Amino acid sequence: MSSGGSFTDLLQFIFMGLQRGSIYAMVAMGFNMIYNSTGIINLAQGEFVVLGGLMMVSLTMSANISLPLAFVITVFFVTIVGILMERFTINPVKPPTVMRLIIITVAVSILLKGSAMCFWGKESHYMKHFSGTEPFEIMGATILPQTLWIFGILIIIVAAFIYFFNFTMTGKSMRACSINRDAARLAGINDRKMVMLSFALSAGIGAIAGIIVTPIIQMDYSRGALLGIKGFGAAVVGGLGNSIGAVVAGLLVGILEALGGGYISSHYMDAFALLILLIVLFIRPSGIFGSREASRLKEF
Amino acid sequence: MLLSVENLSVSYGKIRALQGINFNIDEGEIVSIIGANGAGKSTTLRAISRMVPVEPGTKMIYQDQDLLTYTADKVVSRLGISHVPEGRRLFGNLTVMENLQLATFARKDRDKIQADLKRVFEIFPRLDERREQKSGTLSGGEQQMLAIGRAFMSGRKIMLLDEPSMGLAPLLMLNVFEALKEINREDATTILLVEQNARLALQFARRGYVLESGNLVLEGSSNELLENPEVKKAYLGG
Ligand SMILES: Nc1ncnc2c1ncn2[C@@H]1O[C@H](COP(=O)(O)OP(=O)(O)OP(=O)(O)O)[C@@H](O)[C@H]1O
Ligand SMILES: [Mg+2]
Repeated sequence: MSSGGSFTDLLQFIFMGLQRGSIYAMVAMGFNMIYNSTGIINLAQGEFVVLGGLMMVSLTMSANISLPLAFVITVFFVTIVGILMERFTINPVKPPTVMRLIIITVAVSILLKGSAMCFWGKESHYMKHFSGTEPFEIMGATILPQTLWIFGILIIIVAAFIYFFNFTMTGKSMRACSINRDAARLAGINDRKMVMLSFALSAGIGAIAGIIVTPIIQMDYSRGALLGIKGFGAAVVGGLGNSIGAVVAGLLVGILEALGGGYISSHYMDAFALLILLIVLFIRPSGIFGSREASRLKEF
Repeated sequence: MLLSVENLSVSYGKIRALQGINFNIDEGEIVSIIGANGAGKSTTLRAISRMVPVEPGTKMIYQDQDLLTYTADKVVSRLGISHVPEGRRLFGNLTVMENLQLATFARKDRDKIQADLKRVFEIFPRLDERREQKSGTLSGGEQQMLAIGRAFMSGRKIMLLDEPSMGLAPLLMLNVFEALKEINREDATTILLVEQNARLALQFARRGYVLESGNLVLEGSSNELLENPEVKKAYLGG
């Protein structure tokens, strides 16, 4: 690919950005879910992605389990990890101050990362693309089938998410808890169960992100931190707690990163996301779509 | 006896908000607790609904069950004790209907929910007209109605009401209290009301308690209290 200023190049970078951004968006949604239920940032979020990816690799490449079945098993397994994390490390903490909980999530992330290293080693793991690597061509730019899988799954997740939080009692109860936890308890809603559910869902989303991105990036045990930071960037840019904002911001961060990598320097690609994060935090601390809700972070 | 409270003490850090109070409520009664700002009225209700921890030595028995073994959400969903808190605490982003539905989340008797919903709209027609309105945009009086409606939906063996008259115009206030009387009479709901507006509370309830700096200093029928010279002086404006 020549690096002229052609439209094809631009389109190519945008595809790439959308693909990376979809993953950030999913990680950011995971952050938001837990942030909304507990007011904390779960620094083990990236670890869910890694676990999802690595487990999927083992199931499909070593155990030869079919893709759909492996997908379900992996998401189920990582969801259980999320639930255990909440039950054994978050739920027992009294009083659950924000600072304490965040430090616990750091500990959990170290634990998960260490376990992943013991189990899967330090090397990157290759995984077959879902439906081959024969790229499609759109106006001169190419796009991998896996990238289409990623977009498609992001769209499904967003739709499921909107449905869940707007049209189901459980989803509305979770929202009620995040609007006002005391009022939710007074309405007979079990707030602790909702916290557990938020960990379950965010681990599940993390796992899905890991599964679909692994064929492209080749997962290894240490990827969690960077994925987590970029997802966090997207969550902050989108306005903490605002999940539609997170999706838009995730895609935006991905695209800006790809454009920066393409037109400025690919060496610093990973730094662009952080740069965007810093700029947004500087100009608009509550994020592009954020409201005063994000000011809850002042609890730090 | 529906609820008996013995030696209830609550502390917030070093501040002792309730210093071992005793009271009880029979089924079907309307009982009021009156007291000045900071007397501990809201704290009393929060202790019953398990929103604040109580000190050792406290005993609260509700229908022969130890209230202290229940968490806040179970107090509502299992025991039918509903608390309409100070400041109403609605889910502002959600509609009137959603607020009411959320209150039924943990209810086991799902078949009765529709009938109860109908009843709430019968008691408060103004809510009926505003089903799809975001609750944050309701007027103060409508919000109070919704808060009561929500308590009604979540279980209503007994309703704990924290200053329902707060911020309401006199006419609306009477409306709300009429509705509460009706709920007490028609729907077999016991009511425990705390109020700064002593006259209103004592006219509404059959008997009452006077709370002063964390201690219950007087109790009696509403008529007795209304005639009591100390109560007159301190709470009824002479
Ligand atoms: N969350 C809290 N933290 C610390 N102190 C508190 C807290 N809530 C109440 N208090 C204190 O406990 C005492 C009783 O408060 P409470 O809210 O029960 O009074 P109240 O009778 O409801 O007053 P009001 O009529 O003003 O609502 C007060 O001295 C108050 O300052
Ligand atoms: Mg009060």
